[in-house]
Amino acid sequence: MADQTVNQHTLPPNPEKATLEGRNKFLGFWFFLGGETVLFASLFGTYLGLRGGVVSGPGPDDLFHLPLVFIMTMILLTSSLTSVFAIISMKRGNYKGLLVWMWVTVALGLAFLGLEIYEFYEYYHYGLGFTTSAFASSFYTLVGTHGAHVAFGIGWIVTLLIRYRKTGLTLTNAPKFYVAVLYWHFIDVVWVFIFSVVYLMGYGG
Amino acid sequence: MSNAKAQSKSVLWDWLTTVDHKKIGIMYLVAGAFFFALGGLEAILMRIQLMFPEFSFVPAQTFNELLTMHGTTMIFLAAMPLLFGFMNYIVPLQIGARDVAFPFLNALGFWLFLFGGILLNVSWFVGGAPDAGWTAYVPLSSESPGTGVDYYVLGLQVSGAGTLIGGINFLVTIINMRAPGMSMMRMPLFTWSTFVASMLILFAFPALTIGLLLLMLERIFGATYFAVDFGGNVIIWQHLFWIFGHPEVYILILPAFGIFSEILSAFSKKRLFGYSAMVFATLIIGFLGFMVWAHHMFTVGMGPVANSIFAVATMAIAVPTGIKIFNWLLTLWGGRIQFTTANLFALAFIPSFTMGGVTGVMLATSAANYQFHDTYFVVAHFHYVIIGGVVLGLFAGAYYWWPRIFGYKLDETLGKWFFWLFLIGFHLTFFVQHFLGLIGMPRRVASYLGGQGLDTMNFISTIGAFLMGIAFIIFVVSIFTSMKNKVTDADPWGNGRTLEWTMPIPTPEYNFAQTPLVRDVDALWYEKYEGDGKMKAAEPLGDIHMPNGSILPFIMSLGLFISSFGFIYYHEGFLWLAILGLVINFGAMFVRSIKEDHGYHIPKEEVIKGGK
Repeated sequence: MADQTVNQHTLPPNPEKATLEGRNKFLGFWFFLGGETVLFASLFGTYLGLRGGVVSGPGPDDLFHLPLVFIMTMILLTSSLTSVFAIISMKRGNYKGLLVWMWVTVALGLAFLGLEIYEFYEYYHYGLGFTTSAFASSFYTLVGTHGAHVAFGIGWIVTLLIRYRKTGLTLTNAPKFYVAVLYWHFIDVVWVFIFSVVYLMGYGG
Repeated sequence: MSNAKAQSKSVLWDWLTTVDHKKIGIMYLVAGAFFFALGGLEAILMRIQLMFPEFSFVPAQTFNELLTMHGTTMIFLAAMPLLFGFMNYIVPLQIGARDVAFPFLNALGFWLFLFGGILLNVSWFVGGAPDAGWTAYVPLSSESPGTGVDYYVLGLQVSGAGTLIGGINFLVTIINMRAPGMSMMRMPLFTWSTFVASMLILFAFPALTIGLLLLMLERIFGATYFAVDFGGNVIIWQHLFWIFGHPEVYILILPAFGIFSEILSAFSKKRLFGYSAMVFATLIIGFLGFMVWAHHMFTVGMGPVANSIFAVATMAIAVPTGIKIFNWLLTLWGGRIQFTTANLFALAFIPSFTMGGVTGVMLATSAANYQFHDTYFVVAHFHYVIIGGVVLGLFAGAYYWWPRIFGYKLDETLGKWFFWLFLIGFHLTFFVQHFLGLIGMPRRVASYLGGQGLDTMNFISTIGAFLMGIAFIIFVVSIFTSMKNKVTDADPWGNGRTLEWTMPIPTPEYNFAQTPLVRDVDALWYEKYEGDGKMKAAEPLGDIHMPNGSILPFIMSLGLFISSFGFIYYHEGFLWLAILGLVINFGAMFVRSIKEDHGYHIPKEEVIKGGK
């Protein structure tokens, strides 16, 4: 039954939660995000405790320039929006729309990741190595863990997009897309906190 | 979707690929028991070393390794997996489910735990085990030479991931998979405590994940979080460790509380006194468990305000715990108490654990804590709560659920020998340690000078440890000698109250031929008194959907295991091994993602045949 393609006429209102398996995934993933929240909270706490420890290396004032980070933020926030469009398409039974919007999301994610790599590369050339100071280590760990999450998310979504490029929407893949989008929103929210706590506070505070 | 795929090729392959929560539960129990014996052996070696002043049974370095591995093994590789074994086997049965929410992840959690545990213990054979204590405080751990602490970091990281996965699985199982009529407030207390403990796992383990990640990056890649001369801070580790470490204590004790609640009620033939108070006390303990981590750090220098807040919060936990103690006593009150081995362990728990609780409140008094800190008083305290609580709970649960899990009853005569020897040995070992601590013996020392009033009590303590060792051997022997006491009755104790006593023994792989309809707390007991003693069915007989087994959880865990070696020997040029392991791991994840597996159905006729 789960193999069956759901077209506009047979589509349940919420295909991602129409099966027990889907409901389990949905709930389990929310719990997972709860754990991820603690994971990032620990990294934020570490960063806040160590951001003054610049020793003789460059500190936040020497490094951060808001224009680049602002562009990155806008790109990632837009990618969250496009993933919402993807889910709206899914709920309307517009499978093609789902795929297209998810590809847009992936493209924006890649752009963000590219800029982040460029940013790290630049900081490295300003003399901020991973082992330079406690500030450097905790900065790279926090922002790098977020970047790794973005990279994983891109790999995940691309896998789904290629695997399900021809199948149409089914009760099996609907929860998969939905959960991937939840994950994408989560890393977006984490970035909002990084933008505020790391960059704005580093710049102004 | 055919049944054929599920027919296993061989017994070994069947166990490697199983996603059946009952088989996974048994594997957790077997692996946990192995590590329990290992941790116990380490303890006995330490106690021999401390039997006489300035004894030279093991060198100081080995003692440090034994000390570290004893704590780490007992917490992560023995107590938790053993509890996970019971949770896996019993919780789905108690809520009337055919399986857990994520059978595949369940298997993955087990294999991650096992590979993590093996990884940790490989360190013994390659240059020495970790030696910085189970808390691995920096800078001792970040500066510790050799690869011991690297094994600690990666072993715990791998097994910790498994625990986290297990926790999420139980949460979703308990919320989504309950049988009709099984409302939250009708769930057996063991299921409730599993639920709260899983919540704690979910929110506590990521802090450890980060702590271990930081320590790994510091040790292997030269990061400077804990290096004071680079602007680092050593206290961060302590906070991260205890933000995890304190909830961890409740992760261990709450399921044990659940086990006792089941057993005391079953063997008093009475409904648990104050069911809803018990549930809320469990929730409150779980909540407060996150508010008290810094009571492990009173002497660090957080200042009187922080110390006072954490002291008061800690003492507050005594209130819900006290509620529980009184509820257990009132459950026994007026009951027809049967002194089975399972119940003896439960009865012995009440006073033993209360003693640990009392010293807990003493330790929570932050001013007095400066005297107790890092002495044997602390050692006595936490062994009273962990052995007096968790280990007695595990043994009680083993005796109680043994017929359900293994199909035979453990011998009661040997069981009573085991119980009394263990209980006496336990108190002999740890009671005197309170006084050793109060007169100033520091913990974690490999030796002590004679003639300072420490000799006799240390000797007594070691004798007690021997008694516990002998008791455990009797238990192991009784496992084999009892095999003839086969049971086939669904309810071998005759006073089962909950759903795990409603299906035939051995438990069918689909658990329930028909999902039961739950009409009250203690569903089975209700049917015995208000119905015909059998559960009403909530659905007609039909085909039963089952998940297919998979080798992928094993491969994913193996990948991380291999990868860990690459990281540990990174400086010897083994980065490629780390990458290879990750490729294996992510490759298996990729396969899992793209291969749809909808499981198979057991046809109705087979279900009817199995019920006969």
